[in-house]
Amino acid sequence: MTAPLLEARSLTRHFVVRQGSWPASHKALLRAVDGVSLSVGKGRTLGLVGESGCGKSTTGRLLLGLLDPTAGEVLFEGQPLAKAGSADWRRQRQLMQMVYQDPLGALDRRLKVAEQIGEALEIHHPEFSRSIHRDRVAAAIEAVGLQAHHADRYPHELSGGQRQRVVLARALILQPRLLVCDEPISALDVSIQAQVVNLLLDLQHSFGLTYVFISHDLKVVRQISHDVAVMYLGRIVEYGGAESLFHAPQHPYTQALLAAIPSVQQRGIARPTPLQGDPPDPAAPPSGCAFRTRCPRAVQICAEAMPALRETGGGRKVACHFVEPDAAAGLAAA
Amino acid sequence: MDKLVEIRGLTVDFAQGGRSIRALHGIDLDVGAGEAVGLVGESGSGKSVTWLAALGLLPGTASIRGSVMLDGRQMVGAPRSMLETLRGRRVAMIFQDPSSSLNPVFRIGRQIGEALGLHRGLKGAAAEAEAKRLLDRVGIANGARRLRDYPHELSGGMNQRVMIAMALAGEPDLLIADEPTTALDATVQAQILALLQEIRHESGMAIVLISHDLGVVAENVDRVCVMYAGRLVEEAASDTLFDRPRHPYTRGLLAALPALDGPRTRLVSIPGSVPEPWNLPKGCAFAPRCGEADEACHGSQPPLVPVNAAERVLCFRTRYFPDAPASQPQPVPALQDAAFREAVL
Repeated sequence: MTAPLLEARSLTRHFVVRQGSWPASHKALLRAVDGVSLSVGKGRTLGLVGESGCGKSTTGRLLLGLLDPTAGEVLFEGQPLAKAGSADWRRQRQLMQMVYQDPLGALDRRLKVAEQIGEALEIHHPEFSRSIHRDRVAAAIEAVGLQAHHADRYPHELSGGQRQRVVLARALILQPRLLVCDEPISALDVSIQAQVVNLLLDLQHSFGLTYVFISHDLKVVRQISHDVAVMYLGRIVEYGGAESLFHAPQHPYTQALLAAIPSVQQRGIARPTPLQGDPPDPAAPPSGCAFRTRCPRAVQICAEAMPALRETGGGRKVACHFVEPDAAAGLAAA
Repeated sequence: MDKLVEIRGLTVDFAQGGRSIRALHGIDLDVGAGEAVGLVGESGSGKSVTWLAALGLLPGTASIRGSVMLDGRQMVGAPRSMLETLRGRRVAMIFQDPSSSLNPVFRIGRQIGEALGLHRGLKGAAAEAEAKRLLDRVGIANGARRLRDYPHELSGGMNQRVMIAMALAGEPDLLIADEPTTALDATVQAQILALLQEIRHESGMAIVLISHDLGVVAENVDRVCVMYAGRLVEEAASDTLFDRPRHPYTRGLLAALPALDGPRTRLVSIPGSVPEPWNLPKGCAFAPRCGEADEACHGSQPPLVPVNAAERVLCFRTRYFPDAPASQPQPVPALQDAAFREAVL
């Protein structure tokens, strides 16, 4: 098998935060991302899901090198991320782009759409002639389904869905290989979300793009992802192919998360009691398994030992003491 | 069922930059005692404005016409003193972002106590005991200690529980929940929705659930109203609406939702976007995005007409959508990579 386009090895990021109110405050270590390993093959999509504070956005920033890891490393096309500011870094940056949640916040309100999209091209390719520049911008505008006349508009003159298309065109203009999309459709209306999801799939198909798709919306993640990683308190608790993971979740947290989604199709079907409580404070995580404080199955061992992420067969991985690892997969890995 | 609220011909115009922009184009809507009604629509459809206008909570730049009767009393144009006896006491409202609805510089106990004092005349130890009972009612453990917390010391889900406790302080007949779980995580959202259901069944309070999430509405209400561009476009019992949607917009919204199980198919999106309120098309506001629209739709505004005793639809083409089940996109197996691509592209 060829090397994955993107690989993270034991990625860890800790922040020092102040806890409690003055004058009794003290420093605490917040383990936002705590040993995340993953890989994404070329042309594939990895969905990263979890509730707020689980570290999915921090993971996204670490993957792009927008944040330095405390430990661990990120490999892009087999190479470690280059040092910020170096020539290699500039070359790498063109190939990996970020798409944010709030398109109006991500765009410069004083720049017209065409200037906005073309800015990155000016920085990375000052050698391009005016006509090449113009053609590239026009191609990007067309690729995301905007009309040519949108080029002269300002962001506030566009609808939310059109603005997100501009953000995508701006990310695509440098012909990247990887897009990290952080909640790219959460700020959009329902009828527009489907348009952008379809657009992302079309763009992946036409340009062979690789996506890391970060979202709390499990339905959309299932729609768009090949593989899915479920995060809880800075760690991956379950990993697997989108269809099999959503069809038969193995970790109690994934099961609860899926059961909590209200759905038009499943209305009237009795649901299990929702999980109690809130996710714990990442600066003061519980001992052992981080999920044990809310887990309906937790027993003594869950408080004593942190379960490792182990293969359970069929490309699935689960971090839970109750889920039997797949013996065959374990041997193959050893 | 007894009518609790009767809204007739409610219109709202906002004065903006010397012109008047109509946000609500005549809403007719009833809420029965103890009933759960869902109001769905995209941003700008007027679902929140309807209730802010009904309760007299809009700023002075808004001019409101029509009629809102609460227990036979007219709310539109009513003096402030009368509205204040109704707001909180008969009708309470909770909002999307609990942390910004609570005052950050006062303890939880004082804020719930204020509501108890205003609506029920409770003070001192009686108010504190009742506040503790309310926190217990909304599932906050350790109420006595929590009363001394500030909002920033509680999580988003806990703050929404505090908001619900404050809304319950006046023992209202109707709770307007405006996107009550939109800012919350999935597992916490499930907790809050379960809590609202439980309170409704126990107290017989009516609930209006405003949400953009069709799933949230589908599972929690008896009757659903769909709004688009300041108008009610479809109203039906929850099961009827989701099994047999009639309005092309409702059908479009349902087709645009990805499924949680079963084969993955390409989403059917609604083309275009919601028109701006100052730039509405001449005829039906949905016509430019509607695959069924004909000349009549582009030429004049369809009225909201009853299809039968329980359903109303605002569409000239309704007769073309008989009582047939909604057309589902054909499932395509998507187990393999290639098949997945074929299915979704």
